Amino acid sequence: MIIANNINKKFGRLKALDNVSVSCNKGECIALIGPNGSGKTTFIKAILGMVLCDSGFITFNGKNILHDWEYRSKIGYMPQIGRYPDNMSIGQLMVMMKDIRKPKNIQLDEELVNKFELDKLYDKRMRTLSGGTRQKVSASLAFLFNPEVLILDEPTAGLDPVAAEILKEKIIAEKAKGKLVLITSHILSELDDLVSQVIYLQDGKLIFHKKIEALREDTGQEKLSKAIATVMLKGR
Amino acid sequence: MVKIFKYVIIDILRNKIILAYTVFLLVLSLSIFNLEDSSAKGILSLLNIVLIIVPMVSILFATIYIYNSAEFLELLVSQPLKRKTIWLSMFGGLAFSLVTAFLVGVGIPVLLYEASSAGIMLITSGVLLTVIFVAIALLAGVKIRDKARGIGTVILLWLYFSLLFDGIVLFILFQFADYPLEKLMVGITTLNPIGLSRILVLLKMDISAMMGYTGAIFKDFFGTTIGMIISLLVLLLWIVLPGWLSVRKFNHKDL
Amino acid sequence: MRIILFILSCISLSSYAGVIKVGREQQHKSITAAIDAARAGDTVLVDGGIYYEKNLVINKPIVLKGVNQPVLDAEKKYENISVKSDNVTIQGFVLQHTGVSSIVDYAAVKIYNSRNVSVIDNIVKDAFFGIYSQYGTRCLIKNNTLTAFAKTEQSSGNGIHCWKSDSMQIIGNTVTGHRDGIYFEFVTNSVIWRNQSFKNLRYGLHFMFSNNDAYINNVFQNNGAGVAVMFSKEVKMFNNFFQENWGDAAYGILLKEINDSYIEGNHFEKNTSAIYAEGANRIFVKRNIFKNNGWAFKIQASCSEVMLEYNNFLGNIFDVGTNGSLVLNRFNNNYWDKYEGYDLNRDNIGDIPYRPVSMYSMIVERNPPAVILFHSMMVSLMDKSEKIIPSLTPENLKDEHPMMKPLLL
Repeated sequence: MIIANNINKKFGRLKALDNVSVSCNKGECIALIGPNGSGKTTFIKAILGMVLCDSGFITFNGKNILHDWEYRSKIGYMPQIGRYPDNMSIGQLMVMMKDIRKPKNIQLDEELVNKFELDKLYDKRMRTLSGGTRQKVSASLAFLFNPEVLILDEPTAGLDPVAAEILKEKIIAEKAKGKLVLITSHILSELDDLVSQVIYLQDGKLIFHKKIEALREDTGQEKLSKAIATVMLKGR
Repeated sequence: MVKIFKYVIIDILRNKIILAYTVFLLVLSLSIFNLEDSSAKGILSLLNIVLIIVPMVSILFATIYIYNSAEFLELLVSQPLKRKTIWLSMFGGLAFSLVTAFLVGVGIPVLLYEASSAGIMLITSGVLLTVIFVAIALLAGVKIRDKARGIGTVILLWLYFSLLFDGIVLFILFQFADYPLEKLMVGITTLNPIGLSRILVLLKMDISAMMGYTGAIFKDFFGTTIGMIISLLVLLLWIVLPGWLSVRKFNHKDL
Repeated sequence: MRIILFILSCISLSSYAGVIKVGREQQHKSITAAIDAARAGDTVLVDGGIYYEKNLVINKPIVLKGVNQPVLDAEKKYENISVKSDNVTIQGFVLQHTGVSSIVDYAAVKIYNSRNVSVIDNIVKDAFFGIYSQYGTRCLIKNNTLTAFAKTEQSSGNGIHCWKSDSMQIIGNTVTGHRDGIYFEFVTNSVIWRNQSFKNLRYGLHFMFSNNDAYINNVFQNNGAGVAVMFSKEVKMFNNFFQENWGDAAYGILLKEINDSYIEGNHFEKNTSAIYAEGANRIFVKRNIFKNNGWAFKIQASCSEVMLEYNNFLGNIFDVGTNGSLVLNRFNNNYWDKYEGYDLNRDNIGDIPYRPVSMYSMIVERNPPAVILFHSMMVSLMDKSEKIIPSLTPENLKDEHPMMKPLLL
């Protein structure tokens, strides 16, 4: 569904993405893993067209995303740090987002909005929100339009355990519906029961892209966190 | 396009600065017209305001707004929207709200007190200057990532257009005093939208006739319909060029 | 004046009592015939109607008087009336279509070498030269209206033209559309009073090599180059209006090589330069109003002992312009609306001197294209800083006793 072909991205001298080629398919839940500054967020932003690659290309459903913008209507994106116009209230933000994406024949998925009880906070201005509430807003927005692809950047960071659990359940449910989920997280233990594939990035390079079963086999570790730790040690 | 434009406007209007700017201009215009003994003189005093304050407020407000909207832009860019649409909506929203503030603050008093051709020209050039400096702000805002550097740069740009440029003109005039520079001056004027607007308004007033031989030469160019049309086209170019460059830059910007 | 004329005419009528009438129903059908028949001192009365007399020559002292405004048409070929005798009066005619020539200065009325000629109450239309006096003495030109439609300076003549004349009285005439409205060259002891000269191609009044003359209560408006007073001395210019003389090289008054003269009580409004003085010496400029001019007073360094006192300067773009740093002229007790000083002892005289020359005016004087910077922020900053620390403007060009309030003029 999403195919990245030899993409390169430099920020000044820093190579954020170094010849990365990946192919992601429907029905998978893929974990993007790597140390800090390995290029995970850049990779996600490249898929979203927020960062433009220096070379190489990305296709979405077989179409190059470079001069396309409509493909983004099929993506729900939850950023690492949700940043929204300060002066808007949650309600206004929701209304605006619905207005902008004007879902045609799409059933709005307001499950998260309801479960996080955001409707009670509709009048709150974005600048007054705590980090956790912002994450709830981000998550709700990502799922709201029932997109085919979900891209979640550190989704559980800052969420309280209850909310994190709600989100996890939601991810599993969506994956079961055959959606593609791309997820990054530092807390690998969370990912154990979620992911079906792992992409490991380091210094902008793709180290491996494996099914989780294959990874377990290679490393002999059952837990994802252990398995990755093994890989990281080997890498050194 | 219209939707984003609408949200940009709503967002700007939530900001009380535009309202304050409108009231400030309104109070200033009304007090000038009431204090000066003739409303034609009022136009002359207002001209100073239009030439100094309008570009400054426009460029500063637009720049700061662009930097403060980084989150908003980031959010929009990740949505199924064309970048061009987003950026032009930003441009449109800023230009529309600042122009509205100017029209209410200066346009209405001018029409009430002195709806002469000079007054109309003052309003026209004020509107054009507002949009021009929003366009320049957009270009600076998209080119420079750092907010402090960006704001510093636009302050310098404003100083350049309202002060330094004229200093350079004077320097050239004295360096090449032995050559007939009148024609060249007409060309050089088009390089500074503030200077061009100033001359367009002054030429609509009586005083231009008293500026002697050289004044007459300038009038022969800027005073004719063709000269006027060319000048207005140049001012429009001052909107289109930075605007277009900023769109191009924004299309390739990493957020 | 009228009474004297009346008495004079009574005397002449009583002594000669000759009245000759011209008209369709009169004894004489043509004016030429009537003049031939007239004796010195006779009055020729001309009825209304149009007369083609070619060049009418008056060579004897008679009164030629139009009744119901007879028209004398010169068919664009001739001079309407040539006066070649003393003591002639021409009154009440419409003189039109004077011949145009590049060799001869044809005029509607031309006075050749004569004394005591009066030209009164005539309407001169489409003339080449209007009323022309050469070697005239004690002539009266009064209440005439001269209208021409000059296109170029070469193909047009002056309205009232006096050359080598003396003791002339030019009173109450209206001149428009000529080359120069009133032209004086080598004319002495004459007065120009209550005339209106407007929309003439070149000067409203052109004044050269003419000494001991006065012009008073005239209006000069909208002329191509205003008024020029050159190479003369002892000229009195009182209570005139100089208005709207706008353009490339337009002046309210252009003073060039003028000595010992007086400019008082005049009103200068909306001129490019109200007064432009070059080589002027010992001129008193007093109690004038300078309002809304480009430059109120442009004084070149070649002037000396020009005294500016008790004038009002209001709303001018530049009050005083000069081209050098040498100042041999005096400014005193004027009112300047740009003065920002104070008056602690309340004697209505500012406590600090006023410098009427701004830095920008110096710059424009040296470098005319700099007008393009007019009203820019840089110029106002420059002028402000120059006021605090003068560097470019002449140090001693200043009014030591500026008035705090406008003078009642």
